[in-house]
Amino acid sequence: MNVGDRALRFVSGLALLVVLVAIFAILGIVVVYGAGALSWQMLVDAPSSDLAGGGVMPAIYGTAACTMLMTLAGVPVGVATAVYLAEYAPQRSWFATAVRAAVRSLAGVPSIVFGLFGLGFFALFVGGRIDGMFYSDATSPVFGRPAILWSSLTLAVLTLPVVIVTTEEAIRRVPREHREASYALGATKLTTIARVVLPHARAGILTGVVLAVSRGAGEVAPILFTGVANYLPRVPTDVRDGFMHLGYHVYVLATQAPDVDRARPMLFGTVLVLLVLTLVLDAAALVLRARAQRGTRV
Amino acid sequence: MTAKMEARDLVVHYREKVALRSASLTIPENQVTALIGPSGCGKSTFLRALNRMHELHDGVRVTGKVYLDGADILDPHVDPVEVRRKVGMVFQRSNPFPKTIFENVAYGLRVAGERNRAVLECRVHESLEAAALWDEVKDRLHESALELSGGQQQRLCVARAVAVRPEVLLMDEPASALDPIATGRIEELIVALKEKYTIVLVTHSMQEARRLSDQAAFLYMGEIVEVAPTPELFEAPRQPRTQAYLRGHFG
Amino acid sequence: MAGLLMSRGIAPRRRFRRSLGERLAERAIALAAASAIGAILLIFVFVVREALPLLWDGGADLALVAPQHYPGYDHPAYVWQPVGYPPKYGVVPLLAGSLKITALAMAISAPLSLLAAIYVAEILRPRTRALIKPVIELLAGVPSVILGFFALTFIADATQDILGCTYRLNALVAALALSLAVLPVIFTVSEDAIHGVPLALREASLAVGARRHQTIARVVLPAALPGIVASLVLGFGRAIGETMIVLMASGNAAVLDASPTSSARTLTATIAAELGESPRGGEHWRVLFLLGMILLVVTWALDTLCRVVVRRLARRLNPSEGEGP
Repeated sequence: MNVGDRALRFVSGLALLVVLVAIFAILGIVVVYGAGALSWQMLVDAPSSDLAGGGVMPAIYGTAACTMLMTLAGVPVGVATAVYLAEYAPQRSWFATAVRAAVRSLAGVPSIVFGLFGLGFFALFVGGRIDGMFYSDATSPVFGRPAILWSSLTLAVLTLPVVIVTTEEAIRRVPREHREASYALGATKLTTIARVVLPHARAGILTGVVLAVSRGAGEVAPILFTGVANYLPRVPTDVRDGFMHLGYHVYVLATQAPDVDRARPMLFGTVLVLLVLTLVLDAAALVLRARAQRGTRV
Repeated sequence: MTAKMEARDLVVHYREKVALRSASLTIPENQVTALIGPSGCGKSTFLRALNRMHELHDGVRVTGKVYLDGADILDPHVDPVEVRRKVGMVFQRSNPFPKTIFENVAYGLRVAGERNRAVLECRVHESLEAAALWDEVKDRLHESALELSGGQQQRLCVARAVAVRPEVLLMDEPASALDPIATGRIEELIVALKEKYTIVLVTHSMQEARRLSDQAAFLYMGEIVEVAPTPELFEAPRQPRTQAYLRGHFG
Repeated sequence: MAGLLMSRGIAPRRRFRRSLGERLAERAIALAAASAIGAILLIFVFVVREALPLLWDGGADLALVAPQHYPGYDHPAYVWQPVGYPPKYGVVPLLAGSLKITALAMAISAPLSLLAAIYVAEILRPRTRALIKPVIELLAGVPSVILGFFALTFIADATQDILGCTYRLNALVAALALSLAVLPVIFTVSEDAIHGVPLALREASLAVGARRHQTIARVVLPAALPGIVASLVLGFGRAIGETMIVLMASGNAAVLDASPTSSARTLTATIAAELGESPRGGEHWRVLFLLGMILLVVTWALDTLCRVVVRRLARRLNPSEGEGP
């Protein structure tokens, strides 16, 4: 082989090797240290007040509840937007162009700015208005303070582009013949979308939802000021409660625990739980995506 | 008549499938050899083995010999780049680079290490003349090649191929994507190029093969069925399968 | 005409109208689509709303970008010290911190990920490629707080052992972890671009006797340039907006210093660390929202710039298609 070809192959192969080694180093270290620290008790107990003992159950619960609320709020809007873009938007309408530009901009907003927005808009403005209307005699804010509801809504806005982009792609992959067959039977456009297009795009849409959930479960910056708490051993029972969160718990244990050294096993365990959670979701998305793409080639 | 190239017992596998079985063919110097046959018969596969372009595709395996001036070019010790500098190729769809007209033609020289501006300009001029394109583009050499018409783009690809002064030109249905007028110009070009180059032409058009070639080979299902001087092959084919094809069977 | 229709049994109504339910549902769908526009506008309005009063409420005295002669300092300086007396709101050290860490992270991740993308797209066999790509994309799914943890716990020790840094947590440690977050972004987008270059161009190059590396350098990479540029800008935007990694690993001292192994404080980490402790509606609070506004404007400008550049490049490569992607 030629010298230049050989050099290119060597240098680029080395780069790939470095990247892969870095990835497996992270995963390996987290898994090895985490597995040593993880115990059943960690998964089912509440933390002790110095965070070094007990478990992370409230954080697991909080993360799950928060992403669940986020999904409920965000996915319908995201899917409807994608349906609009793929099925209704006229070719060169200014509105569709504006929606696309908005989705793109939304995807580029730094997550900490979502945190500022969630605090300023959801918790203080919307929550404050609700308090002003319904709880004007309360001594302290009821809705107008950080809460799991506001965190979820903030994350819903943050993950909106993921849902919209993947769903639109999935809808566009539905073969035209399917739609035409439905129209030819006298179905209306809406019926065709509901009965033919969306079911056919199911795997693709689900990919988007899973990716959004994975992203939402891992984000910490947007919830910093909108509802997360560093120590709340009781699980939230109301959307107006504060909550613990796995990602935030990692941050707290790593940087703010009263005794960082004693909290180390908890830290490693929590990191592993969070990593497994997000990677399982991502792996599910990969499988779903492969299935969605295979489904259309038939 | 001397043999410029010779394929002997050439077998090409694509994954598990046999794409070409034991093909042997002598390609005479400064003549046009046409390969005809229905689509999927292996004519492009055969052509690609003649300058080792098959190596770009995964799962392609070639056995047998291809001689160029008596030397086996399929020998693993032979540098495929050296082969391709001697055996150039023009593709079915014109594929100019997204560069200027000048840079397209000069590309092969540049990658071969030519830096002298005067040499480059001279060779670009000469090649565009040879491809009958010079008069149309001489005032816009530094504009994008993608602004040329389809027929002009294909002639540009011919100019790019001849710029490195190959000895053999392989042409894979070079006119199949063009309109009749552009096709006519490419055909004239092929006749003119015959003076200096040995040409192997794959075509699906029997008229084209008949008009342009000196020798023709009929391929069917991965096999060379019959090789003969062109008039003979078209007027008095010996093999029943050639006769059937010329009468319009096999699509 | 009407008679003809009648004779076939289709009675023309006065005017065709779709059912109310259908029309309502379609309204709802269009309304949902508007929510994306609403969201981006609200983000802008609510960040600016908190920051803007600074402009007419004595913000000029805060000397955000000019060096200020503070008591106890020999000469005018850029200082960020919002809890000191007087509070010092010089944002220059924060801007510099963000730029320093981002630039370092790009310097590490851009060459690595572009080279890896070349290897995966050009040299790996399709089957291996299908295996390797998801592995690298997996890295994109690792939450940034975990990368921050990894930097804090492992990278920091490693760099201190190797380089003997004065500060255990510093810009380089943060940049190393940050480049792990940026890598998959640059890799995925640029690999797609390289892989998408038509085979015909590679064949044309090889057929005139170009070597593999010549083909890649002179034909494939130029043709993939729009995608590569987009991947780099995307990566830059991701890096400058990343919060948790820099918050955990950079050391967070707002010093104005070019050394990669000194501590640094970024715009994002400053907001994350200080907003919780600043009284609502106060000067400090507003300055923090102003930092958010800066971030918003910078990332938006980057994205716009990227779109313009990519469209230009694409048009230059393929003028017949008029409009770029």
